[in-house]
Amino acid sequence: MALTSTASRRARAAGPSGWLAAPALVFFVVFAIIPLLGVLALSFTRWDGLSEITLDGVASWARVLTDELTLNALVVTAKIMIFSFIVQAPISLLLGVFTAGGQKYRAALAVLYFVPLLLSSAAVAIAYKALLDPNFGVGPGFGVPALAQDWLGNSDLVLFVVVFVIAWQFVPFHTLIYQGGVRQIPASFYEAAQIDGAGRVKQFLHITLPQLKYTIITSSTLMVVGSLAYFDLVFVLTAGGPGYSTRLLPLHMYLTGFKANDMGAASALGVILVVIGLVLALLLQRLGGRNASASQLEGA
Amino acid sequence: MVSTTQAPATPVAPPRRRAPAVPQAKGPGRARPNLLGGLGGWIWLAIIVLPIYYVVITSLKDQAGFFTTNPMAPPAEPTLANYQLVLENNFALYFANSLIVTVGSVVPTLLVSFMAAYAIVRGRGRFLSFTNKLFLLGLAIPLHATIIPIYWMITRAHLYDTLLALILPSIAFAIPISVLILSNFLRDVPNELFESMRLDGCSDWTMMWRLALPLVRPAVVTVGIYNALHVWNGFLFPLILTQSPSTRVLPLSLWTFQGEFTANIPAVLASVVLATLPLLVIYVVARRQLLSGLTAGFSK
Repeated sequence: MALTSTASRRARAAGPSGWLAAPALVFFVVFAIIPLLGVLALSFTRWDGLSEITLDGVASWARVLTDELTLNALVVTAKIMIFSFIVQAPISLLLGVFTAGGQKYRAALAVLYFVPLLLSSAAVAIAYKALLDPNFGVGPGFGVPALAQDWLGNSDLVLFVVVFVIAWQFVPFHTLIYQGGVRQIPASFYEAAQIDGAGRVKQFLHITLPQLKYTIITSSTLMVVGSLAYFDLVFVLTAGGPGYSTRLLPLHMYLTGFKANDMGAASALGVILVVIGLVLALLLQRLGGRNASASQLEGA
Repeated sequence: MVSTTQAPATPVAPPRRRAPAVPQAKGPGRARPNLLGGLGGWIWLAIIVLPIYYVVITSLKDQAGFFTTNPMAPPAEPTLANYQLVLENNFALYFANSLIVTVGSVVPTLLVSFMAAYAIVRGRGRFLSFTNKLFLLGLAIPLHATIIPIYWMITRAHLYDTLLALILPSIAFAIPISVLILSNFLRDVPNELFESMRLDGCSDWTMMWRLALPLVRPAVVTVGIYNALHVWNGFLFPLILTQSPSTRVLPLSLWTFQGEFTANIPAVLASVVLATLPLLVIYVVARRQLLSGLTAGFSK
């Protein structure tokens, strides 16, 4: 015993050279860390994307912070984040539990549930653009006038349509996460509960939900932080419209930089995006951490 | 007590296999069918399948049929003309570009990430722990907020509108999650195996390739699938870093195709089907690997 532990210490002490990590580090620093600092630097410049970059003080920031569109983009982002979470979280959780059941038909349904995972956001957006068409889409196909709306042209409806399409694309991913989580719950827990006469709802509330605590945290974190990345789907589906009603922060950044050719302001928006992402990730991590220590206390 | 349980144990074993007295409780809801859950499952199936059905049947209609028949009815005379049109419009080129970019970024990502993960898990020292922390930070940052500096770097390096422009940042953005997952798996390799190889006089370099790599090969495959799907379906980098048809990748081609053939919805949807087909084939052949690749590192 003592021999192996000294041997292992020696083995670890020798260890591989740190140089092995160098290629990955170089790639990451050059194409992620430097751009991350670059976006901050560029926010203090004036640049149209083609000509020379000139220092411009805080002019870009002044433009961004006084622009109503910035606030609009933040509000739209927050709305889509909150609504997507409210829609996706319960559906994914229930479907995860459903597909984790042993029944044959559930396994067969699950095979189809996961097909949206294969489609690119561009493909999903293009498909929905066609099938939401008020004249030739799914709505008129059913012959129900209420379904034959101009879903993407109505600024009151479009936000909810976007939330629905996002859910269609991303619920399968979270279902998959929950399915994995449910499958790790020992079957003996349910057997014991059945002997105690606990019904299905009680089993769900008292076994499944508490056991899925970490899965819920992981999935929720990915949902919330991921909603800052719904760029391509919304870009192809609505391009931020009609008007500015679905102009999310990342989309607003892209359009400001590459369409309005104001890279300075777009960089300032990029900095805001990074800060929001970091704050959300840290916040959710703290939430998860507190839960982790709480569950350890419960276990003791 | 002892006699009653011990006595029948061996002789009863074979008949028990044929007719189990108590149905094995696996997971929730085995006792009686969960009607409400089943109903929800079928409703969700309809939500998932309906858009896919619409896309497929519409892609088989000719334009006249698209404008005259009920949108939800299958075509009276299915035609593959739309697929022919898409294939004649450089589909093979875009497919090849996607393939080059995907393979060209996933293979180097796996290589450098595996080496870095090995160094981080087996080695020690400030440099490696700093590297690890930097990668963890990369997980929390919405990296696409950095597209403007990346655009600047790529244009300054005269790589704009090349496939390499897509490959380089894709590698960098895939490194944090790859290193995280691979190092989680490498930590599970027993230290004794490394010790015995070291006693045989093997260097760290040899152990990395001869011992560590074969043992974590499933994880490498998983990480590879995860990254490949993201790069294959990626839209943002192609949108800002390429321009001409010769460097176009599939997701971007869907978008431009939609712009060129606005009126020809069946052809646009045929392009959506064609772009998804390769992944669908992989899904049918290797569903388990694909799905486990998708939730790599999230479902623990």
